[in-house]
Order: sequence, then C-alpha cells, then structure tokens
Amino acid sequence: MIGLEHFLFVAAVLFVIGLYGVLTKRNVTAILMSMELMLNAVNINLIAFSRFITPESMTGQVFAIFTITIAAAELAVGLALVFRIYHDRNTVDAEQLNRMRW
Amino acid sequence: MFSQYAVQHAWLIPLLPFVAFVVIGFFLRRCPRPAAGLAIGMSLASFLLALGVGYGVFAGSITVDQPWIQKIPWLDIAGIFVSMGVYLDPLTAMMLMVVSLVSLLVQIYSIGYMAGDEGFARFFAFLSLFAASMLGLVIAVNFVQLYVFWELVGLCSYLLIGFYFDRISAREAAKKAFMTTRIGDFGLLLGILLLQVVFGTVDFQQLAGILPLYIQGSGIGLLTVAALLIFMGPLSKSGQFPLHVWLPDAMEGPTPVSALIHAATMVVAGVYLVARVFFLFSLLPNVMEIIAWIGAFTACFAALVAVSQTDTKRILAYSTISQLGYMMLALGVGSVTASMFHLMTHAFFKAALFLGAGAIMHGLHGQTDIFAMGGLRRRLPVTFAVMTIGVLAISGIPPFAGFFSKDEILAATAHVSGPLYGMAVLTALLTAFYMGRLLFVAFFGREKQGNMPHEAGPAMCFSMIVLSVLAVVSGAAGYMAHFGEWVRFGPALHEDLNLGIASFSTFMSVLGLGAAWLLYGRRSVSPDQLALKLGFFYTLSYNKFFIDEFYGWLNRTFVYGTGKILYWLDIKGVDGLVNGLAWSVGHLGDELRRIQTGQLQQYGVVIFTAIMLIAAWVVFSSPIFVAALQRGAY
Amino acid sequence: MSEYIYTASFYVFAAMVIISALGVVRKTNIMHAALLLVLCFIGVSGLYVLLEADYLAAVQLLVYGGAVAIIIILSIMLTHRRRMEETSLANNRARAAALLGLLFMALLALVIFYTPWNYSPAEPSQLTVLANVLLTGYVLPFEIGAVLLLAAMIGAVLLAKGVDEE
Repeated sequence: MIGLEHFLFVAAVLFVIGLYGVLTKRNVTAILMSMELMLNAVNINLIAFSRFITPESMTGQVFAIFTITIAAAELAVGLALVFRIYHDRNTVDAEQLNRMRW
Repeated sequence: MFSQYAVQHAWLIPLLPFVAFVVIGFFLRRCPRPAAGLAIGMSLASFLLALGVGYGVFAGSITVDQPWIQKIPWLDIAGIFVSMGVYLDPLTAMMLMVVSLVSLLVQIYSIGYMAGDEGFARFFAFLSLFAASMLGLVIAVNFVQLYVFWELVGLCSYLLIGFYFDRISAREAAKKAFMTTRIGDFGLLLGILLLQVVFGTVDFQQLAGILPLYIQGSGIGLLTVAALLIFMGPLSKSGQFPLHVWLPDAMEGPTPVSALIHAATMVVAGVYLVARVFFLFSLLPNVMEIIAWIGAFTACFAALVAVSQTDTKRILAYSTISQLGYMMLALGVGSVTASMFHLMTHAFFKAALFLGAGAIMHGLHGQTDIFAMGGLRRRLPVTFAVMTIGVLAISGIPPFAGFFSKDEILAATAHVSGPLYGMAVLTALLTAFYMGRLLFVAFFGREKQGNMPHEAGPAMCFSMIVLSVLAVVSGAAGYMAHFGEWVRFGPALHEDLNLGIASFSTFMSVLGLGAAWLLYGRRSVSPDQLALKLGFFYTLSYNKFFIDEFYGWLNRTFVYGTGKILYWLDIKGVDGLVNGLAWSVGHLGDELRRIQTGQLQQYGVVIFTAIMLIAAWVVFSSPIFVAALQRGAY
Repeated sequence: MSEYIYTASFYVFAAMVIISALGVVRKTNIMHAALLLVLCFIGVSGLYVLLEADYLAAVQLLVYGGAVAIIIILSIMLTHRRRMEETSLANNRARAAALLGLLFMALLALVIFYTPWNYSPAEPSQLTVLANVLLTGYVLPFEIGAVLLLAAMIGAVLLAKGVDEE
C-alpha cells in the first residue's frame, strides 16, 4: 500500500521546504538549519530507493551513512564560521553580509 | 659598318645618358667639370649612334610599314605579357636625331649658362636622366614601355623646373607641372589598361594588326573611349587646352631646361604619342575631329595670350603652346607628315629662341621683362642674329624652316576644314605679330639706363649658332629630301608647294611683322593707346583668360569642400561609431555589475532557477516521460 | 493488520516531519525553530524505521537529534542579540522562493508519479551485510570519512578560536 512514491514525495516536500528556508531566512543559523532539512530529505530518498529497488545490497544505506557524516562535519564548520562572523561584524543577518558586491 | 652597329645596338642610345646620370649622381656631385664632361661625352655618343641609326634607316629598307623591332620579354605573369625593346622606323630615327642633337647642344650651352652655380653637377645629372628618358620613350615598342618613360620624363621635368628649389615660385611651379600632367597620365593609364583588358596586348605592332578587324566586328564605341583616354596624356603633356596651365609656370626652371624640355623635346612627347599610335586614332574620325579642334583652339588661344605678355620666357612659353596646337591640328586632320615636320623645325628654332632669351638674361643678370630692355642689338650682336633668325623662322617667312613646315600644316588643314584653316591662319598672323613685338622691343629702340649687358660666352654661342643654322636650313632640307615619303602614315603624300596657300600665309606673316614694327619698332601707333582701346580684351589676354584663377576656385570649392565633408564624416561618423561602441560597452558594464549584489540568497535563487530549468529540460526530453504524459494519469 | 499500522505510522511520521519542517522555516523565534527541528529529526528517524533501516534510524537519532541539535542551540545561544521573537525573520524574497519551491515541487511530483518503478522482490538484508560492505567494499570512503571529521574538527576549532588573537 505505501509504496516508494509516498516516501519520495515526503522527501520532495521536505526538500522544497528546506530550500525555501535557505533562500528566505535572514539568520545565518536558520539557513544552516534549513540546509539540514534538505540533507535529511536526500537521506530519505536514498534509503527509500535502497529499500524498494535494491534491498539486498544496501547501497543506499551506506550512502546515507556517509551523507550524515558529511552533514555533521559541514555543520560544525558552518557554525564556527557563524561564530567568527558574529565576532567580527556583530551581526548574523545575512542581508548585511554583502561586501562582495560591485 | 657603323650604321649596322647602331641599328643593332640602338638600345645604347638611351642607356649611355642614363649611365651618365648614375655616375654623376653617385660620384661626381661635387666635381662640376668631370660631371659636365661625362654628360656631354655620353650625349655626343648618343647623338653619333642616333646619326648611325638615321643613316641605317634612310639608306636601308626600314620604313614605316616595315619597322625594325628588337624585343626582350620583361613581364610574364598571369596572362599578361609585356616586353621592352627597340622600335625603329623613320619616325623614330628622326626623333632620335633631333632629341639627341638638341640635348647635346643644350648641355654645351649649359657649361656657360650654369657656370658657377652650386648645383652645376646636379643639373647635368638631371639633364642626362632626361635625355635617357626621352630617348627611351621614343624607341618604345609598346604602351607600357612608353608609359614608363613618359612618367620618367615627367619626373625629370619636375626635378628641373624645381631646380632652384630655394625659390617658392619654383617649387610651386614644379608641383603644378607634375600634378597637371598627372591628370593626363591617369587618363593615359586607363586607356592603356582598357586596351590590355580588351585585346590582351599593348604592343604597337600587334595592335596595329588587330584593330581594323576588331572594328569590323564590334564597332568603334570601345575604341573611341580608349582613344580619348589615351589622348588625355598628350593633352596634358603637350600643353593643350585646358591642361596647358603648367607650361608657362615651368619657365621657373633654368633657361636651358626651358629650351630642351619645354620647347623642343618633352612637350612634343604627346604629339609623338599620337603619331606613334596613329593606327588607332586614324580609325576614329570623331576622335580625330576632336583632336583637330583642340589643337586649333589651343593654337589660337595661346597666341591671343602671348600678344600681351611682357616676360620673355612667358612669351616663348605661350608660343610653344601655340605651336604644339599646330602640331595637334596637323595630326587631327590626318597628316602625320606635316605634324612631325613641324615638330622637327620647331625643335630647332624654338630651342634657338630660348637659348637666345637665356643669353639675354645671362647678360642682363636675370632680367626678363622686355620693356626693361631696349636697343640690345648693338650690345649682343650674336644673340640678336640668333633671335632674328628664330623669329623669322617661327613666323614662317621663306626660306626659313618654319615656312615649309607651317605650310604643310596649312595645306593639310585647308583640305579638310575651312574654319580650322581660318583659325590656323589667324594664329599665324598673331604669331608673327607677337614674335616681332618681342624682337623689336628688346633689340631695337633706345637702351635703358643701367643696363650693361655682356655678350654670351663661347659655349653658349656655339649652341645658339648651330641651332639657328638648323633653323634656317632644316625646312628646305626636309622638303627636298621628301620628308613625306619617310615619315608618314598610310600612303605617301606628294605635296608640292601649294602656291596659293603658301603665298597667303607668307602675306599674313609679313602683315604681322609689319604691324609689330609699326607699333613697337617705329612707334607710329602707340601700343598703350591701343591697349586702352581694346580695354576688356587686353585684360583678358594679359591675365591669361583667368584660367588659373578658375582652376584655383575649382580646387578650393570642390577639393577642399569634399575634404571638409569627409573630415566631418570621419570625426563624427567613424570616430563617433568607434567611440560610441567603446562607451556603450563601458556603460553596459556599469549597468551589469549591479547584478553582483553580494547577497548570497539572491545568488541562490538564480542558481536554483537555473538548476530547475535544466532539470525540467532533461525530464521533458526523456522518452519515458513523454510517453507517460501521453498515456495520461498514472 | 500490520498493513494498517504501517500505513498509519507512515502518515503520522510524515505529518510530523512536514509540519515541523514548516515550523522551522516559518517561525521567527529561532529557539522555537531549533526545537521544531529536533522534532523533525525524530520524525525522519521514524520513517527510517518504517523503511527497515534500523541501524540508520538509531544513528539519525544519535547524531542529528543529539549532536546536531545541541550544536545548533549552542550557536543560537552565543549569537542572538535582539528579542527572541525577532531572531529569525524572513527577507523580501519569500514570494519568489515560494513560487520557485512550488514549481520544483511540481516537477518532482511529475517525476515521482510518472516513472514506472521496478520494485525488487528481494528481502532487505541484515545489518551484518551492511557492516560487511562498509568495511570491505567501501572501506576507503570510510577511512576518508574519518579524516574528514578530523579535519572538520580542527577547522571548526581554529575558526571559532580565531587566528590573529594574541
């Protein structure tokens, strides 16, 4: 009854919500949080495919493990950057981080 | 024998003076005596060779119908084949002898005339170059060779007119000469190219054979165009109206130059061209008529201007223009014989007249205004004799040379056209008048105060005397040697002296001289009063009919005007385009840089839109989806 | 009956995920957003269980629900300035981004529902297979992943500490 499409659809919705967050939020930490949503959506996709298309080889799950790893590492570095920015500019508003313009 | 050698090696005739030019030009610039010696030596050698050729031609079997030709291939590219060589026939032989002789005599004269001048060696170098060029022109076998030497001759004219280059008037005159003849040269070149394109050859002998057949097939239109274009060369080079304006100004050059180039030899290059190419012109009656009318008009026009001029050399210059008009007229009415005969006699007596004028100037330290002279016959006896002979010759008084040649022309003209004959006779009258005026004003009457002239030196006298002797005898000699049998086009004309025409022309000449005597010799009638009475006509004549002023106006209006327009176009149009392009690029850059807002989320939106579009494209071009969509909802 | 339980659990977890995700991106109070994020992670973990990826469900809870959530809250605590309610506002691109999102959604839906998926009839493997694969076939990425984590750790420390101090 619940097939692959259901899981994929949920993942798609989650991804789009995360995308919306990335493009819209002004707080840099919020942007990072939205990116985590997108990464989770991707993971759901991978595991769903692994379950329904190639269940015996578990490739999707392996991939998902690595994705989680990388997401964590990236988040750590990203938040370190947020600290730096806050320290230097006293703001975490993405709108005000526009020095690399014309 | 020598004449055989001369004929075989006729190419030496132009080469020897050229060698003189090169040697003097490179090595002998500061050595006046060796330079003069070399130049005269080479000229003498040329003249002797020319005599050899002459003998070979007239004694042998070379005639206008069977010329002697020697060619080497010179240019052989892409279907164009041009050779250089030697074309000998009685016409060429006559020209070679005349040119080399007058050139030699003028160089001898220059030893005396140019003595002490800083550019003495340079002068002889240029004279040698000129001699080489003119002789090369005369022996040309095809249009290309002729054109090459034509241009060379023009160059020499420029160099020699501007010889006193520290004088502005001389420089301007040289430029004027070059530019005016350039116009003619351009037409000549176009005509030559036209012939090359249509017939594939520019060789005289070949064209002479091809053209009559061509006319039968294709008519005369194209050839008329070509002939008129080619005629533009003689129009400018031989001082025909309206491109005659350079000749009077060319008198800025030293007098030997005027004698050699602008009286005896270079200016007749145009007449020679028409004679040489007569096989083309004689087929086109319309063109012939144009030539005849231009010639007659030029003759009359120049004579009308000459009657009021006061500068010795100017009078002689306009006289030259007038006589060249006569030669063209003769060609126009079909008589190569008459034209060439007059060319020969004119070379002698005009050179004599110019050298005499030079002697006067030399004796009076550069004075040329005849009204500042007077009574010179006592002080300059030799010069006076030479000038008198020259005046009589040019006026056509028998038995001097001019009588025979002018008479031939008048006879030929009378055969063809009444009005032309009338103009010719009028010109003869005027010629006698203004030449007599020159003679009487300068040599008769009271001497002016302050004039202390000395007679010319031996070198100058020698040349003058030789030329005046020739001016006496060449006419009768030519007549008696049956000039018309040798130098002709078509069948020989046995013109015996037409007594009616001859006596009438003699009468006219005497009338002219008599009028001059009355006005200027005996002062029975005051010339000033006459000038006042003629008022308007006098002004026209004295100011050369304002032709130069008209050309100046044309130049200012059209040439400068066009220049200004084009300059405006360049500044506004071309520069505007280029600058505008640069400005627009910069401006575009200015506007486009605002895309870089520095806001990452903005960039994110753009990037993601692009990704989505690409994804959509991939999806919709995949066959699975196209099929699925067609199948309807899942 | 398990069929119904399965379906119901799916919808519950799905709803949890989506609604909490919406909350994350829409709430202006960043603390609330962070906590809703944790809820989202828990929901995702539940979905993993339904997909018979039990090991991954556990890992998800540990890493995401534990470490990631804590770190985010740490960062919020150290950087907020204004009143908590205004810490996570939206910029003026909301409408454009929403439109973009919906379009992409449509595209994905199209792909998802129109592709003829070929389900495989096999049964999912045991965890030992996963371990095997990870430590034999994919051992290189595994080790490199370790190096990556080390690098990230050092990098984060360095960045947060600052280089030019002292």
